[in-house]
Amino acid sequence: MDTTTQEKDVLGFPRLGQPAPVFEAETTHGTLRLEDFKGSWLILFSHPADFTPVCTTEFIAFAELAPELKKRGVELCGLSIDSTYSHIAWVRNIEEKFGVKIPFPVIADLNKNVATLYGMIMPGESKTETSRCVFVIDPNGVLRAMIYYPLTTGRNMQEILRLIDALQTTDKHGVATPANWKPGEKVIVPPPATAEAAEARMKAGFETKDWYFSKKSL
Amino acid sequence: MPCIDSSGHMTEIAAKILAAMADGVPLNEIAEKTDLPLYRIRSGARELVEAGLVETKGEAYVLTEAGQAALTNASRQA
Repeated sequence: MDTTTQEKDVLGFPRLGQPAPVFEAETTHGTLRLEDFKGSWLILFSHPADFTPVCTTEFIAFAELAPELKKRGVELCGLSIDSTYSHIAWVRNIEEKFGVKIPFPVIADLNKNVATLYGMIMPGESKTETSRCVFVIDPNGVLRAMIYYPLTTGRNMQEILRLIDALQTTDKHGVATPANWKPGEKVIVPPPATAEAAEARMKAGFETKDWYFSKKSL
Repeated sequence: MPCIDSSGHMTEIAAKILAAMADGVPLNEIAEKTDLPLYRIRSGARELVEAGLVETKGEAYVLTEAGQAALTNASRQA
């Protein structure tokens, strides 16, 4: 791979904290643009291919997660390098064989436009399929989190829900969340940025181990 | 959600969106009324504009003559 191609690949990858790459795409719910989701959180996720077993378990799991996500103002949108007709057939098959209705749109990214914009194709794994990527986009269209799983490994829906809860808690309360945090547990108070603030932190009434490590309940 | 189906008829959802627009209801309220996600209402509105049934005036959506006719037609068929 020459330097120019490498640079293009690097530039093509989305970055946390920046506006999510805009797109217009054909989906099972008609033509959709990223801007159509403005005001809602969006989980844009890719799967390798329709009519494959791990992807089928994931679609069922995403569909089962959808009501919890809806309560949190989160929309779902799937994607793979398959046609709309393939998506429609697969979604109908899931409903027929597993009794699960897929409520979210699925992008038919045959020209790989969206997959390329979001860096969903990992050539080391497959040049013709998208890996199992998850992009969390906030109501302002900013990319807030990314998860990449390999072709072989189905994603953990509870972790995705936990991630949404953590991001929304951060936005609402201006805090961070510790390892394995779940809603209802103590959160991290951002460390003080000055020596004076560090001194004050010790007397601030938080659960403080040291000036840089404070937790509190919400 | 193409607003016009392959036989040239307006879809049920498109008819609902068009009727709500005729009442001057904003898109977020149409989403609540129809229990459809806002992104579908937005894409549906765009398709209605592309079909010449609706035009935008600032933030508002206004039915064109063709849109009025389509709405009348749809309510006759209902």
